[in-house]
Amino acid sequence: MSSPYSLEDVNNIYFDVLKEIGNIGAGNATTAIASMLQVKLDMNVPKVQLLTFPELGSAIGDEEDQVVGIFLEVGSDISGSMMFILTLESAKFLVNKLMYRDENTPVLFDEMELSALKEIGNIITGSYLNALASMTGLTITPSIPYISIDMAAAILSVPAIEFGQYGDHALLIQTEFGDNVMIDGYFILLPELESYSKILGALGIQM
Amino acid sequence: MLSDMIKVGMADLKTGQGNDVITTLGLGSCIGIALYDPMKKIGGLAHVMLPDSTAIKNNTNIAKFADTGITELLNQMLAMGASKARIVAKIAGGAKMFEMKGLSNIGNVGERNAEASRETLKNLGIKLIAEDCGLNYGRTVELYCDTGKFLIKAVGKDIKEI
Repeated sequence: MSSPYSLEDVNNIYFDVLKEIGNIGAGNATTAIASMLQVKLDMNVPKVQLLTFPELGSAIGDEEDQVVGIFLEVGSDISGSMMFILTLESAKFLVNKLMYRDENTPVLFDEMELSALKEIGNIITGSYLNALASMTGLTITPSIPYISIDMAAAILSVPAIEFGQYGDHALLIQTEFGDNVMIDGYFILLPELESYSKILGALGIQM
Repeated sequence: MLSDMIKVGMADLKTGQGNDVITTLGLGSCIGIALYDPMKKIGGLAHVMLPDSTAIKNNTNIAKFADTGITELLNQMLAMGASKARIVAKIAGGAKMFEMKGLSNIGNVGERNAEASRETLKNLGIKLIAEDCGLNYGRTVELYCDTGKFLIKAVGKDIKEI
């Protein structure tokens, strides 16, 4: 790590930048979901939290609560990964909406339903990354999405480990959108360290 | 749960004895390392996230790494009166939560965590007597300090004892 500034400095400014990108990205994602589902969605101001690892494990609910994690890697000008997490209830609601079913239809996460969820994940993460790309002028290419439904702490261990290589905190962006039912989603963007300065530089931030 | 439940967070470690039960919830690619002295009924559980503290500059959080975390856990148990000759180890976790093709190096971090834990135990001269590592699902573990029983719970699976 031969960065000319300390990691804590990078983190402080960087988190502000990510927060702003989070706001814009979540707004774009909400618009995309609304048009896909052909419903009107309102969005609350995203909540950005800088958490220690023990806090991260229980940030979404109990550590053992099941959640849906959609994970993808990003490449081109910056490298790293991104995760979008939905509570199980929100995931079920979105799947039923997307598949034009009654909202109380039981969701067993079969192949069709998982594929619908991946599509939702694609749109949401794509909107977020588009916001980042258009703000920075960088080319950002996402991989296909990978999906896992498991205990929240186990899903969160993946981004935690990635953040753990650079420090003792992780940044979690919580969004809430919906109409009559509110959907809770969580973004975690994890650029590799070399990408920090690229993003900051592209935004014209001098360290 | 009638006994005292001691909770270990991510990048954390705790010890207990007698009727204590030490648990960590939802291990994913992290590893839970349980150390146990059956005679003194002293137990310890570490929840480590990364294999190697020497590979990273920012490494002051010793409970975060397999090498420093296991060593610290052992030292705390020795200070409580446990004997290194009697201590045995059981480990669990190290799953691959997402089927990544591997652009980044985090795809196999679970496996590397398990390997680093085995290696550290070997270097410390502690016998690894059981493990439940790998695959693609999260695990909650419980170490019972009165018996050394190590329970593993996963979504949609039977409780496993190792």
